[in-house]
Amino acid sequence: MTDQAADQTPNSVPDTGRRADKPLPGGRSLTYRHPPLVRVSHWLNVIAVVILIMSGLNILLAHPHLYWGIRSTFADPWVSIPTIPNWLLIPQGRNLAEARHWHFFFAWLFVLNGLAYLIYGFVTGRFGRRLWPTLSDLKGFWPSVVEHARFDFPKDDHARTYNVIQKLTYVTMILVILPMMLITGLSMSPGFNAIGGVLLDLMGGRQSARTLHFISAALIVGFIVIHVGLVIWTGLFNNMRAMITGWFVIEPNRPHDGGQS
Amino acid sequence: MTDALLSRRSWLGRAMATAGVLALAGCERGIAFGERLKISAEALTYRAQRLILPRDALAPEYSRAEISPDFKPNGSISPAAADYVALRDGDFADYRLVVDGLVERPLSLSLDELRTRPSRTQITKHDCVEGWTAIGEWTGVRLETLLDEAGMRPEARYVVFHCFDALTQTEDGPRYYESIDLIDARHPQTLLAYDMNGQTLGVPHGAPLRLRVERQLGYKQAKYIRRIEVVDSFADIQGGNGGYWPDRGYEWYAGI
Repeated sequence: MTDQAADQTPNSVPDTGRRADKPLPGGRSLTYRHPPLVRVSHWLNVIAVVILIMSGLNILLAHPHLYWGIRSTFADPWVSIPTIPNWLLIPQGRNLAEARHWHFFFAWLFVLNGLAYLIYGFVTGRFGRRLWPTLSDLKGFWPSVVEHARFDFPKDDHARTYNVIQKLTYVTMILVILPMMLITGLSMSPGFNAIGGVLLDLMGGRQSARTLHFISAALIVGFIVIHVGLVIWTGLFNNMRAMITGWFVIEPNRPHDGGQS
Repeated sequence: MTDALLSRRSWLGRAMATAGVLALAGCERGIAFGERLKISAEALTYRAQRLILPRDALAPEYSRAEISPDFKPNGSISPAAADYVALRDGDFADYRLVVDGLVERPLSLSLDELRTRPSRTQITKHDCVEGWTAIGEWTGVRLETLLDEAGMRPEARYVVFHCFDALTQTEDGPRYYESIDLIDARHPQTLLAYDMNGQTLGVPHGAPLRLRVERQLGYKQAKYIRRIEVVDSFADIQGGNGGYWPDRGYEWYAGI
């Protein structure tokens, strides 16, 4: 079944081909959810983001004070970061020189991998089909909130598409928060500042860029906690299989009061 | 290391090869994992910035009102070396800046002679590798002015700054040094500064002369400069990595 068909008619009969639905005993079926590039880029991103956060914390500890504006106001920081345990740092134990090597190597991986993902998503139209919320998605916002509040998520045909809260979250992460890491990171580069002066001004100056870099990273940590939590809650094995092999199990239809699709 | 990084033919291949090696095994030929990360990331960053930055693209400049009232002196703040102390006690009247190495006409200039040359004043930010930023006004002679006066030989590739200070703050500790490529050396904002915020450069900030290379981090801004040497390679200078901190694990190219 193609994604197009999945979005428009979740209950339609699967088409034929290598990626068509495969029936399983008991009315269940396997549906093809993630193409290879999405799966590879997802796991490369996991590696990059985890290492970037842990090495970033190490770099932060070299001067654990955040400021707003173009310069540091040493006597009056906006916030000072308390000690961070060594096991959360890459490398283990404070080491600014080494942490920078890790950070910039995996920053390159993060950026090149992210670019490949975005180009693929937009060129194939997949990003629009799978992730961009439709008007009817948005009308189902409140029912989706109720669904999340009850921690009751569909496992049947309704699970073929992302719900509106998922879509909004993924779109915000992919188009706002993750690019924000790159933009604020580059705005801290004295080399890049020589051509990125407008961007630097937009950030409110280098120290604001550094603070926004930290805030965006904190939002990513928040996303990871919720994302991993919901992956476990909605079926760790099924979700992991989908992101590793591409195939996701759909349960037989049952009455459902969720309301999306 | 850095010479390899600068080889035009091999930098991309080297970065890719390193990435491949990383994926398969932690290290190779005894080079530490972190060191391999540095080689590939620094090569990519250096090349990318050289590719997208026009040679003369200027670092942002600020207004007088934006100057930091609390510009933090960092690293050495009072060199202990006897030759420096003697010059400082004589108000640097006997100070001579030496420019030598791969040049046609080596120079030896007093501070007065430096001040008679055309000057440039700029208000720029100083970004420490630790993460903080301070803004200061710098006045000095452009490095390019002196390099042209001395006449660089065709084989020149780097400019090395030898300093009076040892970060150990002792008489016999390894002395600070730094180096930059000729693109940064000829950049319009690259100065040998003798004034800061409209006053004679003070000892904590590098008197009598310090480097400003505005598109790089703070540790490249060598203070207490005693000699400028033009070289084709810095492999034989101290640890061979082109600077005091690069010899201690930091990137030679500090544009990020």
